[in-house]
Order: sequence, then C-alpha cells, then structure tokens
Amino acid sequence: MQLTQSHIDYWHKNLRLTAILLVIWFVVTYVMAWYAIPLAEIKIFGWPLSFYMAAQGSLIIYVAIIGYYALQMRKNDLEHGVHEGEDE
Amino acid sequence: MAAVSQKTFFQQLKKYYTFYTGGFIGFVILLAIGEQMGMTPKWIGYCFLVFTILLYAGIGIMSRTVEVSEYYVAGRRVPALFNGMATGADWMSAASFIGMAGTLYLTGFQGLSFIMGWTGGYVLVALLLAPYLRKFGQFTIPDFLGARYGGNIVRSFGVMAAILCSFTYVVAQIYGVGVITSRFTGLEFGIGVFVGLAGILVCSFLGGMRAVTWTQVAQYIILIVAYMIPVVWLSVKHTGVPIPQAVYGTVLEKLTQREKQLTSDPKELEVRKIFADRAKAADDKIKALPASFETERAVVVKKLEDLKAASAPKAEIDAAEAAVKGFPATPDAAKAKWTADKAGATGRSGPPLKHSEPYPGKDEKARDTSRLNFIGVVFCMMFGTAALPHILMRYYTTPSVQEARVSVFWSLFFIFLLYFTAPALAVLAKFDVYTLVVGSKFSELPAWVNAWQAVDRTLLNITDINKDGIVQLAEIVIGGDIIVLATPEIAGLPYVVSGLVAAGGLAAALSTADGLLLTIANALSHDVYYKMINPNASPTMRITVAKALLLVVAIIAAYVTSLKPGNILFLVGAAFSMAASAFFPALVMGIFWKRASKWGAIAGIVAGLGVCLYYMVHTYPTFMQWFGTAPIAKWWGLDPISAGMFGVPVGIITIFVVSLVTPAPDKDVQELVDHVRYPNLVGDIDTRGT
Repeated sequence: MQLTQSHIDYWHKNLRLTAILLVIWFVVTYVMAWYAIPLAEIKIFGWPLSFYMAAQGSLIIYVAIIGYYALQMRKNDLEHGVHEGEDE
Repeated sequence: MAAVSQKTFFQQLKKYYTFYTGGFIGFVILLAIGEQMGMTPKWIGYCFLVFTILLYAGIGIMSRTVEVSEYYVAGRRVPALFNGMATGADWMSAASFIGMAGTLYLTGFQGLSFIMGWTGGYVLVALLLAPYLRKFGQFTIPDFLGARYGGNIVRSFGVMAAILCSFTYVVAQIYGVGVITSRFTGLEFGIGVFVGLAGILVCSFLGGMRAVTWTQVAQYIILIVAYMIPVVWLSVKHTGVPIPQAVYGTVLEKLTQREKQLTSDPKELEVRKIFADRAKAADDKIKALPASFETERAVVVKKLEDLKAASAPKAEIDAAEAAVKGFPATPDAAKAKWTADKAGATGRSGPPLKHSEPYPGKDEKARDTSRLNFIGVVFCMMFGTAALPHILMRYYTTPSVQEARVSVFWSLFFIFLLYFTAPALAVLAKFDVYTLVVGSKFSELPAWVNAWQAVDRTLLNITDINKDGIVQLAEIVIGGDIIVLATPEIAGLPYVVSGLVAAGGLAAALSTADGLLLTIANALSHDVYYKMINPNASPTMRITVAKALLLVVAIIAAYVTSLKPGNILFLVGAAFSMAASAFFPALVMGIFWKRASKWGAIAGIVAGLGVCLYYMVHTYPTFMQWFGTAPIAKWWGLDPISAGMFGVPVGIITIFVVSLVTPAPDKDVQELVDHVRYPNLVGDIDTRGT
C-alpha cells in the first residue's frame, strides 16, 4: 500500500485542524481556569464570567469543537478520496 | 436483520423509541392519577422499580444473541445518534445523577472542575481516539494495544489496567443501586443490591453489547426526563421562566447578596461563636489527655446521677444515659472522638462559602493551591475520560469512521444536557434554602424539611443551637445527595415525580454498571481467553466463556459492594487518574507517532501508572493505612485524586525516550498506523475483528 501525495496532504490537514481545535480547547479550559479570579470581576447576565465559563460557556465550546471537527473531516475525506461508502 | 439497510434501521429505531417515550410518559401520568386517587408512596416506588426493571429485561430478551460480533460490538450497526444516547447513559453514573448537584451545592465554584473535566474529555476522545479506534475495528482496548505494539505483554498490561479502573468504578455503581432501591421501596440494602444486579445481568448476560446498547438508550431517556422536570419547576418557582440554565444568573446574583447578608448577620455570628467555643472546649480536652479521660467521664456520670436524684423528665435522663453509654471506652478512642468533634465544630464556626468565588483561601498561597487543585481535577477527569475502556469501547459499535466522529458529538451533547443543568439546580436549591428555610420559625418549617429530617439525619439536620426559635444558616447540616432527591418536594411537586427521580437515578447506575461489567468480562474472555489461551476456540465457545465470566465478575462485584468499602467517591476519582496514566499516552502516541515502539509503550505504561500509584499510596490516608506506607509531603500541594497530573506526562516522556533508544517498529506496524489514520484506502489491510 503506497500513500499518494494527496494522502499525505490529507493527514497534514488533519493534524493542523486537530492542533488548532486543541489550542481552543486548552484556552477555554486551562487559561480560563488560571485567570479565574480576575475574570470573576466581569459580569454577564448576573454570572461572574469565570463561573459562567466553567458551568456552561466552555461546555458549549466543547460541543461546538467536536461538531465542527466531524463536519470538516467529512469534507476532507471526500476531497482526498478516503471517504467510506454510504450505508455499508 | 442484517439484510435491512442502515437507513431503514435508523427509521425503525426512531419509531420504536418515540413510541417507547410516549408509553413511558403515559405510565407516569397513570401513576400520577393513581396518586390522586390515594395510591401510597410506597406502592408508587414499587411500580417504578418493577416496571423499569421489567422494561430493561424485555429489551435484553429481545436483543439476545449468540453471535460474536453482536455480543461484543452490537454488530457495528448502531447509528451515531443512538450511540450518543447510549454513551450518555453509560457515562453518567449514580454519582453524576444524584451526587453532582449536591457537590456543587457544597463546594461552589471548586465543584465545577468536575463539570468541565467530565465534558471536556470528549474533545480528546473525538480528536485523538474515536475515529482511529473505529477504523481499527476490533473488540476491546487491549486489542488495539496488542496489535499496535505487538506481543502479549502490552496486551496483558492493558487487561490489568482495564480491570483495575473498571472494577473500582463498578462497585460504586452497584452501591448506588442498593441505596436507591432501599430508599424508595423500603427493601433492605443487601436485597436492593441483588434486585438491581438481576436487572443488570438480564441485559448484558443475554445480549452482551447489543442488549446493553439498546437498554442504555432507553435508560438515557428516563434519566434525562427525570432530571429535567423538577429543575424546570423549581426555576418557574424562583424566576418565572421554565429554562433554568438560561436565567439562573440572576438567581446567583441574589444568592451572592444573601450570602453577604448572612456573613455579618448578628444571629448567625452568635451561632458561629457557639461552635467556635465548642471547638475550643474539644481542643482543651484533647490537650489534657490522658487525665481528662477520667475527669470527663466523671462529669457525664455525675450528670446522670444528679438528674436521677432530682427526678428530672424521662427524656433528659435518657439523653444522659445515652451520653454515659456512648462515652469512649479508651483514652485513644476519646482522642479520636474529640478530634472529630473539634473538626466538625470548627467547620461550622466559619462564615458561609461564597458560591461563585473562584479559589477561596485565607492568603495568596492557599488560593494558589486551590487553583492548582482545580486544574488538577480538570486535567485528570479529562484525560481519564479519554482513557476509560468502557467509553472508548462504545465507538467500536458505529457503522463507519464518520459515524464515530458524529457519535462523539451526540454523546457530548446528551451529556451536556445534564451537566449544564446541574449547576443551575445547585444554585436554585441553595437560594431556596437560604431564603425560605433560613429565617423561618422552627415551628413553621416547610414540609419537605421535616420529611427528610425524619428519613435520614445525615442528609438534613437542623437544630436550634442558640435556642431562639428561628433557623440560622449555621444551624443547618446538609448532605449533598439530598439536593437531587428532595428537589421535587422543594419545588412542591407530587410524589410521583420523586418516584420518577428515583427511577432516573436507578437508570443511571444500572446503565453504567452494565457497561463496566461488560468491559471487565470482555477483557477476560476476549483478550485473555481467546487471544492468549485458546485462539482456536469456536464462536459458540467464546460466547459461552464470555457469559460465564460476566456472571462471575458480577457476583464478585456484588460481594465486594455488600462489604460497603468506604470512600467510594475517592475511588472513582482514583480510577480516572489511573486510567489516564496507564492508557492515554500509549493509545494516543500509538496513533500519532509511528516511531513509538513496543518497549517504549511497556515502559510508558509502567512508569505512568507507577508514578500515579506511588503518589496515591503515599498521600491518601486510607491507602497509607491499607498498605502501611509512609506519608510524603504533597508535591506542590496537589491532592492525591489528581495523581494523574504526574502520571500522564511521565508516561508520555518515557514512551518518547525509550522508543528512541529501542529499534523502530517493523513495516507491518507502520502499515497498521497508516491504516487507522485513513477512513478508507485503496488496497487497505483489514484489521476488523471476527
């Protein structure tokens, strides 16, 4: 089994996408947690920002990250001819 | 059924489950009518218990199977949406359903580390593991380790680690089943355990993964409905809006105001002073040991004699007699008791916790430690999520790689529904207690307070400490579990909703227990028996062995549960740290780094898990007692539950270093890695399990 250039591009695209999404994940999780005390000064609709992020905001972003990844990877699969047949 | 196309199958499933949900709602309405006509709470409890277990049993019988791939991975036909629901039920245990909101009530911001950790871990599952494991497509997690790194050594380590974390976890679930059945039906704890166990076994035993999957979908529906109804009601009561998650910010603001008021309220200060005095008295007694042992006993005995001589009321004499009987037998026992008294009183002498304040602490250093521990818990829960075999295994069951990716999305979405509701529930319940219970007269307490005080004093205990006839916040002792269990009554809902909540808690515990038992039994039957001992076993033989082992594991787990091992919540947290340290580095590096070698993986698993276990047995008091190990100073003040924060990086570095100094993996392994990286390749090798 020989990998073509398109296959290699596909994998690099995947690595880039994964890395970007993990950076977002890292920021909303750990950077937010690190600066939770100053962030608590900001209020949105009654919540201190750090409480809102930890209780709801970051969760919504996690769901969005996974959804975006699934959509984007389907596109990549088709573009590089590594998609699976529908309804196996 | 195999002839049915995936699309028709999906439509059928949708129809079945819509029908099922309607039926279930109808059943609840019938019971509600029954309650109006005079059905007693006890019978409502029985109806929920019997009906739901029969339902799960019915699904189990309908999905019975003797085929290997049906038994291990539900025939790999589970559509993304339904696999998401099943994973949600698999994931959310009794601790999530009943304990989570209570933990948030008691610990405020600090408790949110679990909310973040137990959801954010799915990002790692989606991006780093699920699609690749699906492409690999065998039956268990040790399967992947075995194929990627070659040889039985890695596989055996995988099996051992899988059993270690799953077993600690399953004991906690069976315990939860016992508690819920005994509370809502009045059955004894031991009998409750076995009734629940029957419910667990009838699914997994008959149909393995296939039956467990379809039952878990049904259980998810029950548990999410049961969780939402009371919270929505409570939200209407306090805000007038039926979407608690969107509006509890305003309640949180009012709660913060109320906390400020209660912190400086003179009556509150008075009660806290009493506790501070009690703590000091206990401390004095401890310091005066051993002499104080005799003098204190004399005081208690003399009081009883004086009361008898004065022919005081019977209740007072009884209390004094109990005090004499309950007096510690030895100076050592007295020291233990007084130390506990001191800790209890000290805890109640402080001002109330500020619910939304991150990292409270008396000085900069305490706040830093608190922040580190928050991050530590988030880290370990996340990486543990991305390493627990019973969750990863679920992504073997989808029809394709793309479906596996979408399925992680649905999994987190369904989990998110409950997890973003729990903080809202905690705030609403706290606001209710702080405004409606605190400040009311002891003679006019809300009905639910009296009811729950009568059930269990550890869940709720309100005593008039300063004898002013009014409830102060410092006079309330509350156990976390009551928040979810009593919410229907706090919101003023009929008893049938309480029954529904119990059914939801039971569904959460049973579904997780099912998934875990299956993981353990499969690791033994598939990895140990079939792959290592008897590779020529016939399919029938393999299924027979799998079912027999399932039964044995279930009975051992129930036996261990009946011994009531303490500190179950810590053990569950420990399971996450252990899973993260053992599996995460080897799994992820196996996919993303072709150079990762067999000896690198072995060294990584040993070093990661080793560091994690070393830290735990030297810092966690119960473990130190069990193993007789000497305590060490905590590294940077990190709690033992977050030991994975050391284990994971050590595992990654070890795999990296050892792989570079040992020979590179051969060509077959390189091909395997390429194989899992691409959903479909022309001229691809085939690694699907049979």
